[in-house]
Amino acid sequence: MDFELFTNILFATLRTGTPLILIALGEMVCEKSGVLNLGQEGMVLMGAALGFIAAVVTGHAGLGIIAAILAGMMMSVLFAFLAVTLVSNQVATGLALTIFGTGLSGFLGAGYVGMAIDGIAPFPIPFLSDIPVIGKVLFSHDPLVYFSWVMFALIFWCFRSTRLGLTIRAVGENPEAANAIGIPVMKVRYGAILFGGAMSGLAGAYLSLVYTPMWSEGMSAGRGWIALALVVFASWKAERILLGAYLFGAASIMHLVLQGLGFEASPNLLAMLPYAATIIVLVIIASDAAKAKLSTPLALGRPYRPQV
Amino acid sequence: MLNITLEKRQSDSKTMSYLSPLFAIILTLISGGLLFTALGQDPFHALYTFFIAPLTDVYGWTELGVKVAPLTLCAIGLMLCFKARIWNIGAEGQFILGGLGGGYIALELLEAEGFWVLPVVLFCGALSGLLWGALTALLKTRFGANEILTTIMLNYIALNWLLYGVHGPLKDPDGFNFPESALFSDFATLPVLSDDYRLNISIFFALFAVAVIWTLMSKTLLGFQIAVLGEDKAAARFAGFKEERLIWFVLLACGALAGLAGVSEVTGSVGQLNPYISPGYGYAAIIVAFLGRMHPVGIVFASMLLALTYMGGEMAQMDLGLPKSLTGLFQGMLLFYLLACDLLISYRIVRKPAARAISSSSNPAQA
Repeated sequence: MDFELFTNILFATLRTGTPLILIALGEMVCEKSGVLNLGQEGMVLMGAALGFIAAVVTGHAGLGIIAAILAGMMMSVLFAFLAVTLVSNQVATGLALTIFGTGLSGFLGAGYVGMAIDGIAPFPIPFLSDIPVIGKVLFSHDPLVYFSWVMFALIFWCFRSTRLGLTIRAVGENPEAANAIGIPVMKVRYGAILFGGAMSGLAGAYLSLVYTPMWSEGMSAGRGWIALALVVFASWKAERILLGAYLFGAASIMHLVLQGLGFEASPNLLAMLPYAATIIVLVIIASDAAKAKLSTPLALGRPYRPQV
Repeated sequence: MLNITLEKRQSDSKTMSYLSPLFAIILTLISGGLLFTALGQDPFHALYTFFIAPLTDVYGWTELGVKVAPLTLCAIGLMLCFKARIWNIGAEGQFILGGLGGGYIALELLEAEGFWVLPVVLFCGALSGLLWGALTALLKTRFGANEILTTIMLNYIALNWLLYGVHGPLKDPDGFNFPESALFSDFATLPVLSDDYRLNISIFFALFAVAVIWTLMSKTLLGFQIAVLGEDKAAARFAGFKEERLIWFVLLACGALAGLAGVSEVTGSVGQLNPYISPGYGYAAIIVAFLGRMHPVGIVFASMLLALTYMGGEMAQMDLGLPKSLTGLFQGMLLFYLLACDLLISYRIVRKPAARAISSSSNPAQA
């Protein structure tokens, strides 16, 4: 394999991993507060659809990103209202959000299938991007890749050394106790869910404005679900999400690698790889059940209803 | 500030569990009407086009049956899993595998003649779905992997497998390079009930499955064990029920039923393998199971409603020029409203008592 191809593969790995990082970080915060939101896929699709529509209508990709974030948040408010305020079953509600988001995004985006836009241009960081190899691999990306690193750093710091991080964890571990010491449990959960929605919406925008600047129905292709597995794989630790997302990114672009090595394989068979990898990862996590249990937020998926 | 609050009921309301789907349907219709208005359509005409017009003739009802069969088969299998609190989202993949496995055999038997061909094809389809379900069961019981995520991943893998088949080895050599297989022979095609319509005997498979599963759940020890496992895991363990065996059973049964649905679809209304053999029946069946209150009879009615959303989507596309994806939107709305209305099963809405009332009523208790 020649050297340039190797650089290209690393570059593509980072690009492919970025939406997974965004979704998984958002979901991690959400789950840390004790809420299991299985609606990522629906929120990502809504972000992708509305981001694309806004970009086409206004002509500004930046506005597309804002629209995508808002779309993700609107979807997550729906979820929060049902799962937090109306204490519905979180698993079923999350599934509903995905089904609803898939349908709604398909409906809204129907008139925009096949349109082309410019998308968001890469922004090579001055000087840094001139470094050989590293410059190309790390510093010649579009702004959202850098943003995913910023968000990673922020969340890492938040859960490591801030009161906010502690508060969210308290709510996710023991909402009754958190409530007793005066933490507004419902508000914290709403906030965490909204944050997750915003991140998923943004990931959607990454797909439809950067990764493949176009809209097609169901274009997220299960990334929301893969990100959910990623959070478990990372045992709710931001640094392991980063690592895991890039591993999955690499699995998704295997066709590039294989071409580089001179193999021919069916694109459909290679497309199975990230999903198969996810299953393998799930098996590996589950084989260490005791450890997985230790890092799972204690109140994950358990509805909380304040006793008045 | 809203003046109402939720109060937990002493016990779940049975009435509400039956009324909730009704409320959800009404709310969906209202939202649909508002949506059509926003799209510049006459809401009543549009709702009529979506929900009533498809069923104004015999042909419409037979087409409904064409869609009810796969939905019911998938949903009745999912119901078994959900009853046991196994969140199997994999009916879609099992449906596709059923179609792919059965379709593969049908293609191998293109030249074969005789009435044994169809049963063999159907059996292989159901078996393929069952094996796909077995994979989930293995991952769940042997490795403890979360079944929600594994089944969804298996759905995507199944779809890609189908795509590989129709783009590759199963592609019709005389098919002008379209990603489609050859048409199955007449011996591998489900008989239709009448030559004028597409409705085939798969509707009887569905009704038979409903009867069997209904009997299983209401009359047998196995059904009882499944229900107990779902209600209270600890109790099931204490009673000595074999948890792993029950999980295997529900997942295999669901796989076989969804696989049968898949193979019936390809040997019935589709007649070949192509990338679009499932319009999302496996996912819609999740809504069917919830809307049908996890009861076989309810599932038949819920299947009819969900089948109608597919036909309504096509009708709205033809008559109103709206995108076909309205179907998914209506399905999503329906499930959302249902979950919200289900709140009324275990909670009642009461007016918030005035602050004074609280203090005066709590005083005697403290005294």
